[in-house]
Amino acid sequence: MITQRFDALRAAGRRALVCYATAGHPDRARSIALLQGLADAGADVLEVGVPFSDPVADGPIIQRSSQLALAGGMTLDGALSLIADAKLSIPVVLFSYLNPLMSAGADVLQRARDAGAHGVLVTDLPVGSDAERETWFGTGPLDFVRLVAPTTPASRMAEIARHGKGFVYLISRLGVTGVRDSMPDSLPATVAQLRAVCSLPICVGFGVSTPAHARTVGAVADGVVVGSAIVQAAERSVDDAVDLVRSLRLALDEGPAR
Amino acid sequence: MTSETAGGDRFGAFGGRYVPETLIPALDELEAAFAAAWADPAFHVELDSALRHYVGRPSPLSDAPRLSALVGAPVWLKREDLNHTGAHKINNAMAQAILAKRMGKQRIIAETGAGQHGVATATVCARLGLSCVVYMGEEDMRRQSLNVFRMKLLGATVVPVTTGTRTLKDATSEAIREWVTTCDHSHYIIGSVVGPAPYPRMVRDFQAVIGREAREQMLERAGRLPKSVVACVGGGSNAMGIFHAFVPDAGVELIGVEAAGHGLDSDQHSASLTKGRPGVLHGALSYLLQDAHGQVHPAHSISAGLDYPGVGPEHAFFKDSGRASYVSVTDDVALAAFSRFSQLEGIIPALETAHAAAWIMANAGRWAADEPVLLCVSGRGDKDVAQVAEMGIFTA
Repeated sequence: MITQRFDALRAAGRRALVCYATAGHPDRARSIALLQGLADAGADVLEVGVPFSDPVADGPIIQRSSQLALAGGMTLDGALSLIADAKLSIPVVLFSYLNPLMSAGADVLQRARDAGAHGVLVTDLPVGSDAERETWFGTGPLDFVRLVAPTTPASRMAEIARHGKGFVYLISRLGVTGVRDSMPDSLPATVAQLRAVCSLPICVGFGVSTPAHARTVGAVADGVVVGSAIVQAAERSVDDAVDLVRSLRLALDEGPAR
Repeated sequence: MTSETAGGDRFGAFGGRYVPETLIPALDELEAAFAAAWADPAFHVELDSALRHYVGRPSPLSDAPRLSALVGAPVWLKREDLNHTGAHKINNAMAQAILAKRMGKQRIIAETGAGQHGVATATVCARLGLSCVVYMGEEDMRRQSLNVFRMKLLGATVVPVTTGTRTLKDATSEAIREWVTTCDHSHYIIGSVVGPAPYPRMVRDFQAVIGREAREQMLERAGRLPKSVVACVGGGSNAMGIFHAFVPDAGVELIGVEAAGHGLDSDQHSASLTKGRPGVLHGALSYLLQDAHGQVHPAHSISAGLDYPGVGPEHAFFKDSGRASYVSVTDDVALAAFSRFSQLEGIIPALETAHAAAWIMANAGRWAADEPVLLCVSGRGDKDVAQVAEMGIFTA
């Protein structure tokens, strides 16, 4: 379903808008309303974050949302039931640290698929780190989305691309997730380098915060991933987050074509 | 017996590199730099010289007549408390700082729990002219305010960590975040045998000097190898450091003492090996305190240096293989040993060390009169005096 979505976007000459939200943030009911609102406002893919006690790849905003969700009793199984209850019509990628998935047992990927997830992204399981668990994710019912970093050498980019499915998530800059003022100047070159060895759609995330950023990224990549800016808006209200996504959608669709 | 499997990033099933993709090239670079340095005699000349003339190695092996009488067997003390800065931590900090300099990295990041690793890192950074940023949980800054002052005096920046448990676990997470952001020009000096490969093996190799010296000193002074080697285990670097040289000696039992906090059944302890199950935290697969949903369970110990929900992956391997055994001691028992040990031997031990000493005292009569017991005195207790005094249980 993720691949079909990207194929349709490519055929229409449009860029994908991938939106992140932490499951259970700010609470379960508003979290469902937020996912539905993001889908209605023009998101193409939703990343649903499984809150983890020790999110080393995340900046203060997603850390805060994770702590709040955990304090509210959210778990991996809670996130799956939340995805099921949201009854979303667009692809859902489960975004998680490895430990909750390991702890949930061998059938968790099928349970996630049954709940309505189509992909899985594991922040702390880089390519080549654990053959057994990578095979588990890579041969399961979910598309295994892999990450490329700005530090990744070209040879490794090719290896990552070979092991990924659905799309490749390109981290725009050194550092953790968060809201930033600008996109790095090196981004077009990094995207071009990755594209030379990768046939999957390329989505760029980390620091993509404003409609202007979305336009900049959309000029070179197949899609943008917006996380912290949405979570920050959702701290104020679901409506604020939905409004932000509407403006991101507009900017992306108006942006310069490739 | 060797604990590495082919490939070198694991100990049996444990260890690995469970980190964000951004750090993989930095870990590759570190691994290559470490291998090159280890094979380079010039690195060892520089390190050995620093350990001898600056740190004060070799550290003495002390006999402990009054403690021995109590235990009913000769107890020997490996005196890491007599190192410059008062703990074993500087063995690793010095070696990694020299390595960072070889790598051309002028900026050092570190995390600290009790503050001993932070002080050691701040110290070697001052000595080598490197800039130093130390992440420390707010709760630990309160418990170990003397060490915070020492780090600042040494020129380091101390960043309070206010997330999560505000202790070593969250300080480590924050240090990793900082490293993800600055890995192109900063080196992260991790303080224990934890974290992604190559850290657990590298830190072990840098701490193995403890056991190499102690083994030689035992043969010279006691005329035989110890029956038991006992050390406290938080992340596990002093224990792995003293164990390593004895691993091939099948007759030597290796005993790691974890912090049982308020008790193993209380939910408030740091006994990852005794009560945890395998999981991934801070880049490695090892035993981990966690709930049924895979969320990390906050640790507790009176000792900030043991207050960590994970443990080095090689200890996990030793637990499963049976090469080492792991026991635990509660806050109260460790506190009693803190004063008892001080009064028996005239050595105020770190609260961390007091756990290991307490286990030996509690097992008086376990050893025959000719079976020596070797205790790693991982650090001195000056840093803990104010905290213990505040509790009002001892009157001076």
